[in-house]
Amino acid sequence: MFYTEAGQFSGHYRADRRLFRLRQDRYALYALLLFAFAVVPAIGSDYWLNAILIPFLVLSLAGLGLNLLTGYAGQLSLGSAAFMAVGAFATYNLALRVPGLPLLVGIALGGVFAAAASVLFGLPSLRIKGFYLLVSTLAAQFFVQWLFTKVSWFSNDSASGVITAPPLRIAGHDLSNPAGRYLLTLGFVVALTLLARNVVKSELGRNWMAVRDMDTAAAVIGIPLARTKLLAFALSGFILGVAGALWAFTYLGTVEPHGFDLSRSFQVLFIIIIGGLGSIAGNFLGAAFIVLLPIGLSLLSGLLPPGVIDAGQLENLQKIVFGLLIIGFLIKEPEGLARLWQQLRERARVWPLRY
Amino acid sequence: MDFFLEVLTGGLLAGVMYSLVAIGFVLIYKASGVFNFAQGAMVLFAALTFVSLVERGVPFWGAFALTLAAMVALALLIERAVLRPLVNRSPITLFMATLGLSYVIEGAAQALWGAQVHGLDLGIADEPLELGGMLLSQFDLFAAGTAALLVALLSFLFNRTRLGLSLRAVADDALGALAVGIRLPRIWAVVWAVAGFVGLVAGLLWGARLGVQFSLSLVVLKALPVLIIGGFTSMTGAIVGGLIVGAGEKLAEVYLGPLVGGGIENWFPYALALLFLLVRPAGLFGERAIERV
Repeated sequence: MFYTEAGQFSGHYRADRRLFRLRQDRYALYALLLFAFAVVPAIGSDYWLNAILIPFLVLSLAGLGLNLLTGYAGQLSLGSAAFMAVGAFATYNLALRVPGLPLLVGIALGGVFAAAASVLFGLPSLRIKGFYLLVSTLAAQFFVQWLFTKVSWFSNDSASGVITAPPLRIAGHDLSNPAGRYLLTLGFVVALTLLARNVVKSELGRNWMAVRDMDTAAAVIGIPLARTKLLAFALSGFILGVAGALWAFTYLGTVEPHGFDLSRSFQVLFIIIIGGLGSIAGNFLGAAFIVLLPIGLSLLSGLLPPGVIDAGQLENLQKIVFGLLIIGFLIKEPEGLARLWQQLRERARVWPLRY
Repeated sequence: MDFFLEVLTGGLLAGVMYSLVAIGFVLIYKASGVFNFAQGAMVLFAALTFVSLVERGVPFWGAFALTLAAMVALALLIERAVLRPLVNRSPITLFMATLGLSYVIEGAAQALWGAQVHGLDLGIADEPLELGGMLLSQFDLFAAGTAALLVALLSFLFNRTRLGLSLRAVADDALGALAVGIRLPRIWAVVWAVAGFVGLVAGLLWGARLGVQFSLSLVVLKALPVLIIGGFTSMTGAIVGGLIVGAGEKLAEVYLGPLVGGGIENWFPYALALLFLLVRPAGLFGERAIERV
C-alpha cells in the first residue's frame, strides 16, 4: 500500500537500468543519506560515532570489498585483512613521504596499492580453483603481516611497526574530531557503494556472476576469464585498501600490523556470510550485526548478577554464539540478512493484502 | 653436508607432525566432500579434554578412552546438527559451516576447561639422540613412529574391513553408494569419529610439544599447505606433503631465513604450496576434477 509501484513505467531503457528503479526506493535513499550526512553528526554522541558508527561503516566497506570477490565473482579469500593492511600502510607512507599530498588522494592511492597487491595474489586464480585458491590468499595474509613487521621502513622505523594517522585535513578543514572522522568515512563508503552497485549491474558484474556460477561454462560462452577474475581482485583490493586506511586512521588512529591478522579476515568473511553473499545491502546489515552483537552480549551479561560470567567466559560465549549463528544462517537462510530484508520489502509491497 | 642432512632429517620428522593433522582433513574430505576447517579445533578440543581429565586424576588410558568417547559423541552431534541439514549444498557453504563449527568447538572447549596453558607429558624425553652421526630429536622419532602406526591402522581399516569398503564406496561415488544401500549419514558419523581419533593423536603429540593451549587450533594453518601440496583426496599425499613442507620449512629457515631477517615459517609453506600448485593445480596426488558444462 505504501510501497505501490503502480504507474511507475520505464519509458526508456535508461530509466530501466537506473540504480533504484522505484521512486520509493530513491526517496528512501535520499532520506537516508540526508539523515546520515546532516542529522547524525549533529545528534550523535562521541561514543556512538567513535565506537559504533565508524567501525560499522568501515567494516561494511570491507565486507563490500570481499563480497565483490567472493559473493559476486566466487573467488574464496581469507586474505582480506592483508589488503586492508596494504591500504593502511601505503596511505601512511604516502602521507609521510610525499609532502603536500591531499588526504583524499592519499587514501585513494592506498587503495590502488592494495589493488595491485590483490591482483598479484589473485594471479594464481587463473590456474587454480576453489579451495586450492585459499592458499594464495592465506599466503598474502601471512606474507603481508610478516613484511610490515620485519621491514621497519614501512612504519618509518617505529618500534613494533606501529603507525599513526596522518593529519586528517581536507582543504583546511580539520576532520580529527569524531563528527569529522565520521563524515570522512561516510563519504568514502557512500561513493564506493554507489560505484560497486553500478559495477555489479554492468556487464562486468554479470560476467562475475557467470564465473561464480561455473567458470568453465562462462569461458565457453566467451567471457574472458583472466580479465574478469583479475578485475574482481583489483576492485575488491581497492575497496579493502580504502577500508583498511579508514580503519587505521579514522577509527583506531594508531595501528600495528598485528591489527590486520587472520581473525580480521575471518571477521570480514563472517560479515558477508551473515549479511548475504552476493548482495550490496547485506554488507551493511552484516556489519551492523557484527558490531552490535558483542555490545549486546556484554550488556546482557551485565544484567546477570556479578561474578556469574567473567570476561574470559564472555569471550568464549561470544565465540560460541558467533559460530552457532554462522551455522544457523547457512542452514536456515544461506542468503543471509539481505534475504530477510528482501522478504520484508516484498511483504510491504502488497500489504495489507497477502499477495 | 652433515649439517644439511641433519637439518633435512629434522625437517622431515617435523613434517610428519603436520601430516598427522592433514590426515584428519583427508579422511573427511574424501568421504563427505567437506573441507573441514574445524580439524584444528578438534585437535584442541581433544587435547584439552585429555589433559583436563589427566589433571583430575584419571589414568592415561582411561582419559584416552573417555576423550575418544567425547570425540565420537562430537562426531555424531556434528553429523546430526550440521551435515544433515546442509546436505547437497555447495562445498563453499559447507566450508563456511565448518568455520562456524571451529568457533563453536574452540569456544566450548575453553569455556569447559578454561583457557590456561596445560603441560602435557607423554613420558618421552625431548632429548637429542645420536643416530649415524646425526643429532635427532627423540620426540620427533616417536611422533614419526606413531604416525606410521596410525597410517598402517587406517589403511587396514580402509582396505581390509567391511566398513572400509563402504567408506571407499562413499568416497568414490556417494550417490552410487546410497543406491546399493550404504547408509550415508552413518558413514559420515564414522568418518568424523575417525577424524576425531586422528585429531586426538595429533593433539597429544602437538600438545606435548607446544603445551595444550589455544594456539593448538592454529596447527590447522600449518596443515593447510601440506594438504594442498599433497592433494585433498590422498592420504599418501598428506604424508608426502607433510615431509615436503617440513623439510622445505627447516631448510628455508636455516639457509634463507638469515638473509631476510627470519620469522618466515608463517608464510613460507604457503609460498611453497603455491609453487607446487602452479605446476599441479590439484596437488601431487589429488584427483583432477573433470568439468562438464
